[in-house]
Amino acid sequence: MSARLTAREITLRYGDRVVSTRLSLDVPDGAFTAIVGPNGCGKSTLLRAFARLLRPDAGRVELDGREVGDYPAKALAQRLGFLPQDPQAPEDIRVRQLVGRGRFPYQSFLALWSARDERAVTDAMAAAGVADLGDRPVRELSGGQRQRVWMAMVLAQDTPYLLLDEPTSFLDITHQYQLLGLLATLRDQGRTVVAVLHDINQACRFADHLVAMKDGRVAAEGDPTDIVDAALIEDVFELPSVIVPDPVTNTPMVVPTLRADASALRADVPTQRGD
Amino acid sequence: MSTLNVRGLTVRGRTVRGPRVQRRTVVLTAAMTALMLGLGLLGLCYGASWSTPGEVLAVLSGAERSVVISEWRLPRVLAGLVFGAALGVAGAIFQNLTRNPMGSPDVIGLDAGAYTGALVAITALSGTSAQLAVGSVIGGLVVAAVIYALSFDQGFSGLRLVVIGIALNAMMTAVNSWIVLRADLEVAIAAVGWSAGSLNAVGWEDLNIPFTAIALLLALMATQAHAMHQAALGDAVATTTGVGLGRLRLLMVLVGVGCTATVTAVAGPIAFIALAAPQIGRRLAGAAGVPLLPAALTGAVLLLGADLVAQMLLAPVALPVGVVSTAIGGCYLIWLLTKEVRRA
Repeated sequence: MSARLTAREITLRYGDRVVSTRLSLDVPDGAFTAIVGPNGCGKSTLLRAFARLLRPDAGRVELDGREVGDYPAKALAQRLGFLPQDPQAPEDIRVRQLVGRGRFPYQSFLALWSARDERAVTDAMAAAGVADLGDRPVRELSGGQRQRVWMAMVLAQDTPYLLLDEPTSFLDITHQYQLLGLLATLRDQGRTVVAVLHDINQACRFADHLVAMKDGRVAAEGDPTDIVDAALIEDVFELPSVIVPDPVTNTPMVVPTLRADASALRADVPTQRGD
Repeated sequence: MSTLNVRGLTVRGRTVRGPRVQRRTVVLTAAMTALMLGLGLLGLCYGASWSTPGEVLAVLSGAERSVVISEWRLPRVLAGLVFGAALGVAGAIFQNLTRNPMGSPDVIGLDAGAYTGALVAITALSGTSAQLAVGSVIGGLVVAAVIYALSFDQGFSGLRLVVIGIALNAMMTAVNSWIVLRADLEVAIAAVGWSAGSLNAVGWEDLNIPFTAIALLLALMATQAHAMHQAALGDAVATTTGVGLGRLRLLMVLVGVGCTATVTAVAGPIAFIALAAPQIGRRLAGAAGVPLLPAALTGAVLLLGADLVAQMLLAPVALPVGVVSTAIGGCYLIWLLTKEVRRA
């Protein structure tokens, strides 16, 4: 698979804290890429670099051979959509208004709202399953509904690339799978999806390309079926496990070996006296 | 056609759809405009001698002549209207920037800083209106820069900015008192009357430059309103949907300080209009975020109203309008503080 969105030897840091050094990653085009790894491994930071929210100290993040920071702001926003982990809604905004904010890259002072914007918003709300919430104030919604409204906003942006930072985190299990299914559908329609995911089994089931990160570097990447084994999970998550085929999709399924007994409750203690 | 008109009206406020929200903004705009005209007419009628609305309208249409109405009362009423709108917009700008209803220029010390600049222009220089204007703008910008420098710590925090601004406001107020105490007697007397913020004795000759400056600043801000509302989605989403945040913030600070300083140069620091108007306007409009047009209209109505009260309260002595706006706004600030504390 070809890659148009790439990171070349980038060094990323927040203040004095260096997160990644000389990190390279090609995002396969038209595929669903999932980034997994333990807390603080730098996966969100990498996603922010792709979304040009964090300028690399060294190296380049490129889309179609051009540094993302060199694009005019709205031109890049028509190509790359990004949803942060905890986005903030303005006070008293209604659902349809918030989704409409996704159309900002297509608007200007003289051309505020077009029929195309209207259609994109309606389609995005239908796709994200919030079509019937249009007139509701966002602050009155449940966490899960709110997350889907934000998803609709980034869909209304109508970009070929979608970067999502833990999009399933506030959803109940049904809506988690609905959202992952939606991302797969978007991929089938030709979009490139990159999502930071918490659940490795969901990542294995839905993603075409899995990127496992640890300590700011890429520990392994590839088709989940090819790369996920007990050694990788032990290395990346420091979690002993067995890998079985997912009974539904035959993709790898990680089953941790820790049990709910005394030793498991103190999982951080390396000696396991019980067994 | 009606939809087109509605969109034209809401250009400065927001890009909103949904017939309910639109209608509410249109109704608010119409009601506020009517209220503004009503208060304006009352302001033209009221004075040492009462003029009937008929006389006022005759003077305005040029059918009759009256120095009292056209040379004394009209500039004052227009100043209240335009300055109120400018203060309301300045408040909305800074409340958007800081994402905090307390982050308005009068609370974070920009009025006080602009007033310091004006005081320096009077005491150290000759105090022409051009010097006053330039001095105010410089004073306001210096305070804005100091607040920004002190509150920027690996990122932009609205709350930190507000807290530092409140401290700076206290300091600048003390500096202003010190300047007045050390000044010559006549200058000090003039400065004290003006220090509360007053439209007393405002004449046409004081208004040409400020009105032009405010018109330019508001027009500039109108072109940025859409981006400003987009920025309310937070830095990450704003950036990735195509807002140039650095440039936008700089522009907002310049317009906000410009409006505040221009008003201060002519009328002194009129407190609390900038604090209260954007929030009242937002609630009345039922709008998302802190929109500019309702803030401007509410600011104009508040300042006109407060100035009328200031003239009537101890008539025939006219109080500085700042005394009235501070009395009303102080109560509002206490309410706001208790609400914020409860929420925190």
